[in-house]
Amino acid sequence: MYKSPRTGDISRRGLLKGATALGAAGLILPASVRRAAAEPKRGGVMRLALAAGSTTDSNDPGSWDSQFVQILGTARCGYLTEIANDGSLIGEVAESWEASADAATWTFKIRDGVTFHSGKTVTPDDVIASINYHRGDDSKSAAKPIVAAITEIKADGNAAVFTLDAGNADFPYIMSDYHLPILPSKDGKIDPTTTDGCGGYVLDSFEPGVRAKLTRYPDYWKPNRAWFDGVEMLAVHDSAARQNALITGEVDVIDPVDLNTVHLLERAPGINIMSVAGSQHYTFAMDTRADPFKDNNVRLALKYAIDRQEMVDKVLQGYGTVGNDYPIGINQRYFNPDLEQHSYDPDKAKHYLKEAGLDSLKVQLSAADAAFVGAVDAAVLYSEKAKAAGIDIEVVREPNDGYWDSVWMKKPFCAVYWGGRPTADWMYSMAYAAGVPWNDTFWDNKKFNELLIAARSELDADKRRQMYYEMDDICANQGGVIIPMFANYVMGLSDKIAHDDTVAGNWTLDGFRGVERWWFA
Amino acid sequence: MSDIWIMIAKRLALGALTLLVISVIIFSATELLPGDLAQAVLGQSATPETVAAFRRELGLDLPAYQRYVNWLFGALQGDFGTSLANKRPIADLISLRLGNTLFLAVYAAFIAVPLSLTLGILAALFRNTVFDRAANAMALTSISFPEFFVAYILIFFLAQSGLFPSMARVDPSTGFTEALYHTFLPALTLTLVVTAHMMRMTRAAIINLLASPYIEMARLKGMKPMRVIWRHAVPNALAPIITVVALNLAYLITGVVVVEVVFVYPGLGQLMVDSVSKRDFPVVQAVALIFAAAYVLLNLLADVLSTLSNPRLVHRK
Amino acid sequence: MHTLITLFWVAVAIALAMGAGWLFLAAARRLTRGGVARALRGAPVSAGFGMLVILIYVLVALFAHLIAPFGERQVVGAQFLPWDGTYLLGTDNLGRDMLTRLIYGARNTVGIAFATTVLAFSVGAMLGLLAATVGGWLDQVLSRIVDILMAIPSLIFSLLLLTIFGTSVVTLILVIATIDSTRVFRLARSVAQNIVVMDYIEAARLRGEGLWRLITREILPNALAPLVAEFGLRFCFVFLMISALSFLGVGIQPPTADWGSMVRDNAALITFGDVTPLLPAGAIALLTVAVNFVVDWMLHRASGLKE
Repeated sequence: MYKSPRTGDISRRGLLKGATALGAAGLILPASVRRAAAEPKRGGVMRLALAAGSTTDSNDPGSWDSQFVQILGTARCGYLTEIANDGSLIGEVAESWEASADAATWTFKIRDGVTFHSGKTVTPDDVIASINYHRGDDSKSAAKPIVAAITEIKADGNAAVFTLDAGNADFPYIMSDYHLPILPSKDGKIDPTTTDGCGGYVLDSFEPGVRAKLTRYPDYWKPNRAWFDGVEMLAVHDSAARQNALITGEVDVIDPVDLNTVHLLERAPGINIMSVAGSQHYTFAMDTRADPFKDNNVRLALKYAIDRQEMVDKVLQGYGTVGNDYPIGINQRYFNPDLEQHSYDPDKAKHYLKEAGLDSLKVQLSAADAAFVGAVDAAVLYSEKAKAAGIDIEVVREPNDGYWDSVWMKKPFCAVYWGGRPTADWMYSMAYAAGVPWNDTFWDNKKFNELLIAARSELDADKRRQMYYEMDDICANQGGVIIPMFANYVMGLSDKIAHDDTVAGNWTLDGFRGVERWWFA
Repeated sequence: MSDIWIMIAKRLALGALTLLVISVIIFSATELLPGDLAQAVLGQSATPETVAAFRRELGLDLPAYQRYVNWLFGALQGDFGTSLANKRPIADLISLRLGNTLFLAVYAAFIAVPLSLTLGILAALFRNTVFDRAANAMALTSISFPEFFVAYILIFFLAQSGLFPSMARVDPSTGFTEALYHTFLPALTLTLVVTAHMMRMTRAAIINLLASPYIEMARLKGMKPMRVIWRHAVPNALAPIITVVALNLAYLITGVVVVEVVFVYPGLGQLMVDSVSKRDFPVVQAVALIFAAAYVLLNLLADVLSTLSNPRLVHRK
Repeated sequence: MHTLITLFWVAVAIALAMGAGWLFLAAARRLTRGGVARALRGAPVSAGFGMLVILIYVLVALFAHLIAPFGERQVVGAQFLPWDGTYLLGTDNLGRDMLTRLIYGARNTVGIAFATTVLAFSVGAMLGLLAATVGGWLDQVLSRIVDILMAIPSLIFSLLLLTIFGTSVVTLILVIATIDSTRVFRLARSVAQNIVVMDYIEAARLRGEGLWRLITREILPNALAPLVAEFGLRFCFVFLMISALSFLGVGIQPPTADWGSMVRDNAALITFGDVTPLLPAGAIALLTVAVNFVVDWMLHRASGLKE
């Protein structure tokens, strides 16, 4: 039995039960949506309205920063690996893979019979050229940091062999990243402007910032995927315009749904709301080098002065779960169930302030809706609730424009969005290890850093789990990040759209793959 | 009459100068904004090395004045370059959207200008009556609402019932009548937004003249009120009316980004906003210059017409 | 039937508004003396209604902290609570009292709009009249500067300026006033151009009247009507500008209540037939109509028409 997120007061524990029952994917759907699942069938043109997409978008995978091109890229292209809807890793262009004993050398066997839309067969050379495009000094790819650990890639028969600078038990997960599609190579290089790919849909036309049209690739190698005959993607930035398009039947799927009016959209006939708990989380990052955040007592005081449940209720309208100041969601591996949940407690906050030698605290919190939808509202709520703990938070609304350049990692206390990553190692290495480029709290914890490296190449599951649990604890109680909430991915679907009972939570729209996984009932 | 031609020639020359100054202002403003294209495109995932590589490839590491001069020489030869973000030629990027923007502006103007002038004249004729008050109150209410709000109300009443589409989706293959149907709601929204301003100015300019001795004279001759206004008041009230109409027409071309967003209409405004946020300065420059040129030309037209409407100005000593 | 009921209530509202306007005028005529009373005697009911509304807004703005049932930024309960005895107009998306936000919104919004418009008009009208009267190179320089500023789309231009200079209330007022003053300049100049060629101006010039006197005594009074009409509209355009700017994320700093941002925050509800966004939008509309009714009356007086 699944409660509708609106009516249900989702406590973390309540949701946890549901998630365990479902396995790895934390899907919460009203019963009506689940009933729609039936035998998949082919046909129809799926029209999809997204809140993303800019006139400056391009086909270059190194620049895919908006969900429009990320979903378009995933429809058009194939990847070495794929995160299945149950959260497990399955092969796509790679049929199988194996690691050396130290997990520093990985061999990916390339699947037979995978072809590009141009007709060319996918070879290990294409794989090597596609990944190499993001590496090297001249790379201007956003994915450069995640492939930085690769020291060499070479072909070995029908396999591609990756050598890393150190062991990494989760390396195959990284190869599923949306920046790393397999594209056709020529003379050892890919053409980043190509419209070719080996995915389920052929790109017919693409007008950046407006629309893209795709048709099914008849020779697609997956027999049970890509059900729609065609897909039309539209960039619709205004949330009311998206909702109206869905209500009037001009589109079949909208992503995301405006949470402020979702309770009204739910009542519209012929529309289902899909809400999927994932790794997406919203944070308030404190610069741990700067006063007053240098003192962990101040950080703890701020962590106890935030009313997490109120934020989930008012900013996410219940479509989310409370966070516990470390970036692992309840449906992910290495979510630490034994860790004490931080909750709103002004007395405790006052206590920690006193420990820091302070009676009161005055800080500025920078926020803009560019950080995440509702960031300014969340900051205002935080400021109201923190008063009771003697903490005066002045909310500074920053311009949306240029938020990531001039506010994030520049201002000592600001609102941040994280899409989350499929593995704990990936998430922690990207934003919490000392000195990495996206460590937005400038945090440097010796014990944490040691554990992170040790856990990465640890192949014993139990030992590894204990290490991550300890890291979760250190991050929550000594880290510089406040994570008040994990936000669900919330989409609006016409009731004609059908899908599996399980929907992926690694990205929105069924892990960006709703286009090839869903069908018309 | 030759005075007019000299004036037009002068103004065109000045207009060209205006465009040059604007290109400098826009360029400097884009430079003053925090961050550059490399950081904007990479967003949250920017690292120092990738940003540096990006800048090298696009020539963003050159000093600002050099980039401006390079751009200017290209532009003077008619080559506006390519978008830095996706390498598409700017001419391709803009042509379709310019057509869309002009189509919507002309469509809205065709409804709004006659409507507001008629209402304005009627309101002046029946001044201080219930009709005047009601027309005023309605027009004022419609402009007190932000554009997106007017659009939502129209969508609620006219699109959700299925009368008109809520998204104004047009592409080059859309036929003319079909395009009129698809863009009816955005055109109506813009009409509601600009009508009140023009209508009230018409009314005010006419009422302002009604106490003049020559109007009094005409009235005493026994002329019908409508004829007095049409023959004597309107011609002399033209200057301020034309100015306001020109301002609103320019607005219909340059200021409709909000309406474009709500109705998902691919026009120039959205392109400009996107390009500003990505610091794609060749595109920003090109769009800004189109907007500026539209504005300069409309104003020139307004000034010429105002001058022609006032014989005293034509023969100014 | 439904339309009939709506029409009935609209008629009742109009009748009440007219009654209130008439009562206000009657009271005002009794309470005032001399010139003001004489002026009021000729005022139509609509002007009375306009003045009454403006007076109420001013009182609400001045005494917001006394009238409002809760604090401006206070979170009082759950979000989107319906209208009831405690929360007369319900609560907003963060659980703040809607009525309180509206009352404080009057103070912030009307204050900012008034400051901006007055600033824009003092600068714009003066420079416009000056340019038209002096002519020559001064006119050329000012007109070209204004042309350049106006040729840049205002929303984009203010977005650029606010991003560069920050978004405090003072910069917001300065930026919007600067952009608005260019519009006022053009209008003032074009109206004054028609006046400066009049014979009485020639005569005044020949009399040797100084520039300041010429502008304030001879030209301004005759250019006042279109300027006053423009003032009424510009005033409400400031609300819209703030609303549009908050659409682009650079509006007034939270948690300050202002109507423009309140419309923006709740606008999508209207597409579901929920009337919440009509409250702040209606507050703006009512003020706009009221201001312009008074402006109409002043226009009428300025035109010298006797009827």
